[in-house]
Amino acid sequence: MQNFVEIGLELIKRCSTDLPPDVEKRLREWRDREEASSTARNVLDVILKNIEIARQEGTPICQDTGLVTFYLTLPRGMNAEGIKGDLVEAVKKATALGLLRPNAVDPVTGKNSGDNTGGGLPYFSVEYHDGDEIVIELMQKGGGCENCGAQYRLPDQRLKAGRDLDGVEKCVLDAVFQAQGFGCAPGVVGVCIGGDRAHSYLHAKKQLLRSLDDKNEDPVLAELEERLYEKLNRLKIGPMGFGGNTTVLGVKVGKLHRHPASFFVSISYCCWADRKRKAIVKGSDVQIY
Amino acid sequence: MAIEVRLPTDENFIRSLKVGDEVLITGTLVTARDMAHKFMVEKRPEFLKDILRGTAIYHCGPVVRKEQSGEYRIIAAGPTTSSREEPYQASVIEQYKIVGVIGKGGMGEKTSEALKKFGAVYFHAVGGAGSLLAKCVKKVKDVLMLEEFGSPEAFWVLEVENFPAVVTMDAHGGSLHRQVLKESEARLKEILESFGTR
Repeated sequence: MQNFVEIGLELIKRCSTDLPPDVEKRLREWRDREEASSTARNVLDVILKNIEIARQEGTPICQDTGLVTFYLTLPRGMNAEGIKGDLVEAVKKATALGLLRPNAVDPVTGKNSGDNTGGGLPYFSVEYHDGDEIVIELMQKGGGCENCGAQYRLPDQRLKAGRDLDGVEKCVLDAVFQAQGFGCAPGVVGVCIGGDRAHSYLHAKKQLLRSLDDKNEDPVLAELEERLYEKLNRLKIGPMGFGGNTTVLGVKVGKLHRHPASFFVSISYCCWADRKRKAIVKGSDVQIY
Repeated sequence: MAIEVRLPTDENFIRSLKVGDEVLITGTLVTARDMAHKFMVEKRPEFLKDILRGTAIYHCGPVVRKEQSGEYRIIAAGPTTSSREEPYQASVIEQYKIVGVIGKGGMGEKTSEALKKFGAVYFHAVGGAGSLLAKCVKKVKDVLMLEEFGSPEAFWVLEVENFPAVVTMDAHGGSLHRQVLKESEARLKEILESFGTR
């Protein structure tokens, strides 16, 4: 059996300090699309420089190292408790090492637990598959952009949004418009169409684990993602909301069957520091992506 | 070219800054976020007055490491969302005579009024640039209320050099946030109206 404390620690280190290549690539592409010596381009240059410094020095990209969330995919029949216990240990160690800021606060007493555990943290999602690999995906999403998440219930009179894909688009456009100045644009947008309130939000957030370079297997959703990507950038909110061509780096849409009476559209907005990492463990082999 | 801002500074210099100016800040900043703002307004502590006069408050909860020598080192120190301090900011500007507020996302009309009335500006730092901005911190001069508030919420008195920011709200009532909101709202309206005609 692998030592999952070590694996968890390495995952957190990579996640906190080394921005994934798909996100960095988009930032570089959009940087070149901003006017020379514009504030928008200068801001993207600061962001890119920051990414390099964090990677070189092994320091957190952002001081808000987020809420630690693990998505486990395990071989059928495997018990998750052992791995979960090890990963909790890894979170405590990473906090002591300054790779994670203590971000777990009791909402009633106001006391910070000091080690990112307790009161349900870190979060775990556990699923099973037919393969024999253990897949551990990690997301560290900051609080500022988490506050920009939104859930709509169609039809929506204010937006003149009906129960169709046009209605869905209107919700996403409105959510990104509302997020300006708050979510550290350019952001990545995760969307879920359908589901109940709780599962819809979870599924929207899970879309953020996808590579920005992938293509949705559902051709209708793939087209919707393209359309939204283009329209959202037409808002010209710009990096940090200063105005400019770059508003979002990507849009990822999932769907869940809905109750006939409900039609939720949930949006999980992630800042440009879209921190996601994955470990695939097969026997003694450990690959970290 | 970026304008150099040396803190502490005076009202005349601050009033010369305009929305859209890119600046490099050198001098003393004091971090203050949610608990700190509530504390400043409700308890009115005297011990902060000399430290804050003529300088800037930074909306930031840094990652800090205590070295074996006992010194503190700032590891990551980007801005946090400023709008949460909107209920307190105008009063803090007035009471503590600060000339700058550094954060992200901009602030509301009450703060804008206070910037105008008392001669202060809002500097927008690059959100998420925690490592780069930490490198601008040359020294931790002091820390106050660390035990009481915990590390992210304490007052960290920092000596910074060439800390990059953009003036997004000035001492003349100008706000880049108001402008971008208005322009993007018009574009949103145009896109929303195009749906019916497809």
